[in-house]
Amino acid sequence: MKTRNTKIMNRFDVTKRLIAKLKHQEAVVGGIGNTNFDLWAAGHRPQNFYMLGSMGLAFPIALGVALAQPDRRVFALEGDGSLLMQLGALSTIATLKPKNLIMIVMDNGIYQITGAQPTPAASVADIVAIATGSGLARSSWAADEEDFERLVDEAMSASEPSLIAVRIDDKPGVGTTRRDPVQIRERFMHGLGVREPL
Amino acid sequence: MPIAEQQTQATQGSSDKSWHGIVLQTLKRNEISLIPYVPDRVLTPLIKNLHADPFFTTFATAREEEAVGIVSGAWMGGRRGAVLMQTSGFATLANTLASLAVPYQIPLIMFVSERGTLGEFNYGQSLVCRTMRPVLDSLALEHHTITRLDELEFIADRSIKQAVTTQAPVALILNPLLTGGKTFDK
Repeated sequence: MKTRNTKIMNRFDVTKRLIAKLKHQEAVVGGIGNTNFDLWAAGHRPQNFYMLGSMGLAFPIALGVALAQPDRRVFALEGDGSLLMQLGALSTIATLKPKNLIMIVMDNGIYQITGAQPTPAASVADIVAIATGSGLARSSWAADEEDFERLVDEAMSASEPSLIAVRIDDKPGVGTTRRDPVQIRERFMHGLGVREPL
Repeated sequence: MPIAEQQTQATQGSSDKSWHGIVLQTLKRNEISLIPYVPDRVLTPLIKNLHADPFFTTFATAREEEAVGIVSGAWMGGRRGAVLMQTSGFATLANTLASLAVPYQIPLIMFVSERGTLGEFNYGQSLVCRTMRPVLDSLALEHHTITRLDELEFIADRSIKQAVTTQAPVALILNPLLTGGKTFDK
């Protein structure tokens, strides 16, 4: 929404700042398209999972990881368009309250990858207000990059799930994820210590 | 009172030999502890007993896709899950099956309470039911329609084990012949 006093940041830059903070093999689930392209471009980690479809399921997938491994912090990166497709997931997460789940919404107000059509988040829908109304009390807009890093630090030791929304520009993702779903899933499981390589 | 409800009430006391008691025990034996669902009248005794058993983490999701995402993430994190839904819910899943469960080789275990047949009173349910098996077949997904109580444990137990070992989804369709189904009430 245009009225907020928040800086317009860049997805790749914000993603790199997040990844630089991860020191404890935290899991990161990247939603479809640009969010996982920039996650990939920030440097592959064994604890990264990249979605290749199933738009809107980054938060539910991350919730599943968080419920399976309550001692590991789990991040999910989602776009505003993707989140609007699966808003019910916010109230499910608010009901379960996994303290180790941290949701990050990259809000550019457009479906960037399909031709920059506007989403309702550009004009009428406020992602943080929706999240708060869904029961996620720890939901905030990041005012700028420094504030984003502060919110991530806070979320790392929070006792309930956190949602951080970031206003971003209209730039496309920087990299392109290798679209090999079996390898992505298998390496993620290795990264989470669930399996050993053959 | 509808026959289905009479049957449901009659079987609630003897959970070990009821269809829902067998499903619960089979889930537990296979260490499937995470059970998101979208509610369904026929599944109610199963859902109630899952909630009552501390072995299980069971909760409603807003949509079936969401539940599939949750158990997929849990599987990758080392915890087994299964999704409960009804026929119309399965009909919302084609994209998620084709873009998540199948290509990533995730042993997604689905229990589908079958509406739309054997006494359906809602035209929409009867139509959407006809899309279920063609969708499953088009993706070559393993599926079984369970009609008999004496076959339930064998089919469910073997299918869960096959899903896990072959890393492939499976749909277990609970037919009204097994559950009593849902009949016209009001």
